[in-house]
Amino acid sequence: MAKDKILSSEITPEHVYLNRRNFIRAGLVAGTTIATGLTYRFFNPSGGVDRVTSDIADLRPAAVRSADELPNSLADITNYNNFYEFSTDKRAVANKAEALVTRPWTIEVGGLVQRPRTFAIDELLRFDQQERIYRLRCVEGWSMVIPWVGFQLKELLDRVEPLGAATHVAFETLYDPKRMQSSFSAGIDLPYVEGLRLDEAVHPLAILATGLYGRQMPNQNGAPIRLVVPWKYGFKSIKSIVKITLTASEPPTTWNIAAPDEYGFYSNVNPNVNHPRWSQATERRIGETGRRDTLLFNGYADEVAQLYAGMDLAKYF
Amino acid sequence: MNDVRFHKLLISLNALIPLGLLAYDGYRGQLGANPLEFFLRSAGVLTLVFVLITLAVTPLRRIFGWNSLIKFRRMLGLYAFFYACIHLVTYTIFDKSLDVPAIASDVWQRPFIAIGMLAFLMLVPLAVTSTNGMVKRLGGKNWARLHKLIYPIAILGVVHFWMIVKSDIFYPAIFGLAVAILLGFRLIWSQRGVADRKVATEQN
Repeated sequence: MAKDKILSSEITPEHVYLNRRNFIRAGLVAGTTIATGLTYRFFNPSGGVDRVTSDIADLRPAAVRSADELPNSLADITNYNNFYEFSTDKRAVANKAEALVTRPWTIEVGGLVQRPRTFAIDELLRFDQQERIYRLRCVEGWSMVIPWVGFQLKELLDRVEPLGAATHVAFETLYDPKRMQSSFSAGIDLPYVEGLRLDEAVHPLAILATGLYGRQMPNQNGAPIRLVVPWKYGFKSIKSIVKITLTASEPPTTWNIAAPDEYGFYSNVNPNVNHPRWSQATERRIGETGRRDTLLFNGYADEVAQLYAGMDLAKYF
Repeated sequence: MNDVRFHKLLISLNALIPLGLLAYDGYRGQLGANPLEFFLRSAGVLTLVFVLITLAVTPLRRIFGWNSLIKFRRMLGLYAFFYACIHLVTYTIFDKSLDVPAIASDVWQRPFIAIGMLAFLMLVPLAVTSTNGMVKRLGGKNWARLHKLIYPIAILGVVHFWMIVKSDIFYPAIFGLAVAILLGFRLIWSQRGVADRKVATEQN
């Protein structure tokens, strides 16, 4: 018998062959689609974080509202955050920021002041807490309305008595390398630093926010205390502050260090000053489908425009 | 169904899963606070993913001898074009509401958008000539020469992605590295081809 002769009994019957082929095909369809789906999910996890913080006692109801605009939902405000110390993905910050330790917490206030001292967060929470419903305009071209809780920055600065030589205020965020990502991963120098001119800092609209929606600040929004300057792009409103220093010159600021041609020291919201990557003429309000026109000084021109009287806003952007 | 047709179906099924999941998440309101931006970004990334897969076919054939992959290359390229169309439609219609002056000033003022538009325009002739009839009409050599446009398209795509991120260059860098490797193979092979031909002519 020739070696290559195949006995008819060895030939797989056609129906078995077809069954096997169909079985393999079904397996391929199931296996590859599940693998593709899981790969997609790995890079795009769905669902947000819903973490409830405790109420803020003795809260005064909204003292300053931003007209007839409704605040964004707590879910949107707490699941779409720029906090590069934790993640550069706005949707991933909420989860990662759970690692932030907010107690004990102190802010060291010093520099050109009469009475430098360190404030514990519990003392700051006893300052006059007011609700402030402000627009927040991100430099990336989106905006929200957020019901902050906080007190005027001026109130804190008054207690340390700035010296006559002080012209600017520098702020610094906590940098905890054990719980935050490296400067290399974030792509910006850390700790995060920001600054204001002293007259901007003592403006009644500038607050140190300790919470939102009547509750203490969620970690991802900059717990336990952060700056809110509503007429400037969001990145000026530095989060999780540990240090405030009065200075006699313009302090360095993180995004200005990273890209000085894109982010100026002032960074006032201004639809007429172009940004190389985002149109600043319009913005997408989170929760809306169309685009809104961006307002000069984010709609707070009546309150703050006089701070910049005579200044070329295109030059000092 | 023969094997080629089955495998094409399998590829289509997998290629459409990301879109299906995006739609499903959108329907459930799970695309985050800024669904449009997320959808736009995802379609862009998926375009690059399919450009990379298309570019991987030739190296896989040469290195592993998986020659039959060539049967699926045009189809993979078309999926890159498919996601590029979704990306562009999302930007022009859903983000900019077809506001032509606003789009024009965006292209003019923001180089990364101009680069993306250019890459898309270069994809169009490749998609148009992807049918069997067009391959025949152009002739294999001309067709292959035209489709070398995918190399600059891949580079422009990565540059476009790199320019939009603020500081987190991780993903653009990964895509950039992948494009560099995939194009690197071709560079090495073409150099070697030149060397081989040189040796051959010298021997003649």
